[in-house]
Amino acid sequence: MIRPLIVIRRVPKIDFMRWHVYGFAFSILLGVVSIGLFGTIGLNYGIDFKGGTLIEAKTQGPADLAAMRAKLDDLHIGEASLQGFGAPDEVLIRLPEQPGGDAGQMKAVELARQALGTGIDYRRVEVVGPSVGAELIRAGGLATVLALVAILIYIWFRFEWQFGVGATISTIHDVVTTVGLFAIFQLEFNLTTLAAILTVAGYSINDTVVIYDRVREAMRKHRTMPFRDLINLALNETLSRTILTVSTVALAVLSLLFFGGEVLKGFSIAMLWGIVIGTYSSLFIAAPIIYYIQPSRRAIAREPAPADSEPGRPPTRPRSARS
Amino acid sequence: MLYFANWKVLLICGVCALGVLFSLPNLLSPAQLSWLPAKIPHKQVSLGLDLRGGSYLLLEVDIAAAQREQLNSITDNVRDTLRNEKIGYTGLNVQGNAIVFTVRDADRIEDARAALGKIDSALTVDIGSDGAGKMQFSTQATDQRRQQAVDQSIEIIRRRIDETGTKEPTIQRQGQDRIFVELPGIDNPEHVKTLLGKTAKLTFQLVDTNTTLDDARRLMPAGDEILPAADTAHGGASAYVVRKKVMVGGETLVDAQVDFQNGIEPAVRFRFDTVGGKRFGDATRENVGKPFAIVLDNKVISAPVIKEAILGGSGIITGSFTTQQASDLALLLRAGALPAPITILEERTVGPDLGADSIHAGAVASIVGVALVVIFMFLFYGLFGLFADIALFFNLCLMLGSLSLLGATLTLPGIAGIALTMGMAVDANVLIYERIREEMRSGRTMLSSLEAGFTRAFGTILDSHVTTLVAGILLYWLGSGPIKGFAVTLSIGVLTSLFSAILVTRLEIVSWLRRWKPREIPL
Repeated sequence: MIRPLIVIRRVPKIDFMRWHVYGFAFSILLGVVSIGLFGTIGLNYGIDFKGGTLIEAKTQGPADLAAMRAKLDDLHIGEASLQGFGAPDEVLIRLPEQPGGDAGQMKAVELARQALGTGIDYRRVEVVGPSVGAELIRAGGLATVLALVAILIYIWFRFEWQFGVGATISTIHDVVTTVGLFAIFQLEFNLTTLAAILTVAGYSINDTVVIYDRVREAMRKHRTMPFRDLINLALNETLSRTILTVSTVALAVLSLLFFGGEVLKGFSIAMLWGIVIGTYSSLFIAAPIIYYIQPSRRAIAREPAPADSEPGRPPTRPRSARS
Repeated sequence: MLYFANWKVLLICGVCALGVLFSLPNLLSPAQLSWLPAKIPHKQVSLGLDLRGGSYLLLEVDIAAAQREQLNSITDNVRDTLRNEKIGYTGLNVQGNAIVFTVRDADRIEDARAALGKIDSALTVDIGSDGAGKMQFSTQATDQRRQQAVDQSIEIIRRRIDETGTKEPTIQRQGQDRIFVELPGIDNPEHVKTLLGKTAKLTFQLVDTNTTLDDARRLMPAGDEILPAADTAHGGASAYVVRKKVMVGGETLVDAQVDFQNGIEPAVRFRFDTVGGKRFGDATRENVGKPFAIVLDNKVISAPVIKEAILGGSGIITGSFTTQQASDLALLLRAGALPAPITILEERTVGPDLGADSIHAGAVASIVGVALVVIFMFLFYGLFGLFADIALFFNLCLMLGSLSLLGATLTLPGIAGIALTMGMAVDANVLIYERIREEMRSGRTMLSSLEAGFTRAFGTILDSHVTTLVAGILLYWLGSGPIKGFAVTLSIGVLTSLFSAILVTRLEIVSWLRRWKPREIPL
């Protein structure tokens, strides 16, 4: 018989509720800083949203950035930004949005290609006109808001409204701070990042739902237990699952971060931060909020509970005996 | 839960086997695939342009410009009609999407309405009691014209791209007036972009020799217009005064080929259809000795003098072309003119090297990710971890199989979606196993712990999968290009992992119980 090598035998007895005030304070600070940065320095939007041109080029031998920059400056197509990208012979060139609407952008790439001359391998060229950029921002924002609303409607169906409020706050917290991370470090914010943020929202709610499920179950089981202890109990009972799941997802994301190449870097960073903050917020934001807006115990007790969840009743064995 | 009806066992095994069968072709090279018997599925996951290299273009058909042009030509018609009917008017011009004018004499309003109503049944004619008139296309007509213009544009674009020899292009409508074009294997789309950027509207118009350019600029003779020359570098006039009336249009061309004048100078030889040939013949016969302009997209390519009537139904266009320009022009004339100008809104091109690098990076990242998760599960759950790993393997097969079967496109973010799903899929197993452990701790028997673990974890698993699925569906709905690829793998992954983590794992555990009759659970 192959037994697990690592086992968390005992249910821990961590007093999460003791720390929740610090958690709230920390999160409010984080949220305020994020919103502040978003409002002041803003996000480093990629061309998906901002419009403009991005060229990933591979030169023969190490890239001479200064010479390439000089050639591009001669074109008078605005300030081109050049940066090394992965290997020494790889360059990422960004051209700002050109005047002349959508047609203007296309012209700039052609000029840049001619100026840089031959001997360059164009690995990737992306040109986004201003009209598409604006639409993508709108669609992206809409997708995020709709996803949150749809998920919350689902939670509202499955749980009491108090849980819905808790899940909303903690998920908005995760989304806001992930956006904040991109503002602080001025990481490029593009369509892939947006996809990562939506996935983070999904993951965060998923994590919260698991804990809420347990809180509700504990409310049915322990009808007299103080609410504070109840939440602690639910968090401790699910702690090993929380840790194991965040670990497996983190393993997958880390391998994307290290081996997935430059294109997926922004996605992986957003995901990694998101699952860490999502796990934190489930423990220190979502669960404690329920302490403040307690769902009515009577309402929960009225719900049809799973057949054998009553305390003290011997476990029923329906058809299992037949196997 | 610990009892599985035989048909259920068969069903689960069958689905798994199908998953393996359909995902298998993805591991084979095309050469190996051709060896497979015809009954075994051959479909591979199709790779997105970001993985196999190629160019994506998003085009917009400028419907407004087409409509403006149409209204301009109708304006001429309106002017003629009102003059013929001797109805006085002022301020006739095009404003926005309507032709506006004012009828001077209030008594003639009815006459004007009747006369103008005959011009085009798709136009609505409104004339107020103060004589202010407005003509515009009805909404229905506008929609119909938009539809037609976009359909026609797609057809012309397809012909132009086919002429360049691009293999397997995808040309599809997107939204109301947009078209996206995917050109696999093209790493510099400049040529295609140049070809698509031209409307290629060819007309033959007489040059007005009764006036000069300077005179016309001061006072435009009725029915004339000034058109710039296409090529001013090689001397010659910078613009021409030409008659607005078109002798013959490019729509009557049936063929155009590159030809060399005097053996060296590239030119385009064209042929009219019967109607066009006759019209061209008549027009040239009546105007021998006069110059006519060959106009492409409102620019005069050349303005040769008609030496004699051209009756053979064919002709040649010269105009100091390079060979490339001449062959492009021939191509454009063969493919036909676009009904409306096209703007390129977005271009995304990935070279074949980066595509290959991305496939490699994505594959390495996925394999490492899956391997780490597999080891992790084994370390923490032992034998049950292995059960989860086997389920994970079938999950992967089912995902690849469904993607192949659905003909979904795999993009780099899509690969990220697969890697991510592998990490998330075991969450269901973790939930179940943790629950089983808890039930064991609370003193239940082995069988009832297993039973309770599965049943109680199920609700939670369902909730968590639904929330991820909602995010996935919205991403698919609102996302574009590679993001759609991510949404597809994420959503399919959620569904397959629900099957594999719950049913496959359960079947494995039940089989293990029956075969080995263990006394305790190794958790």
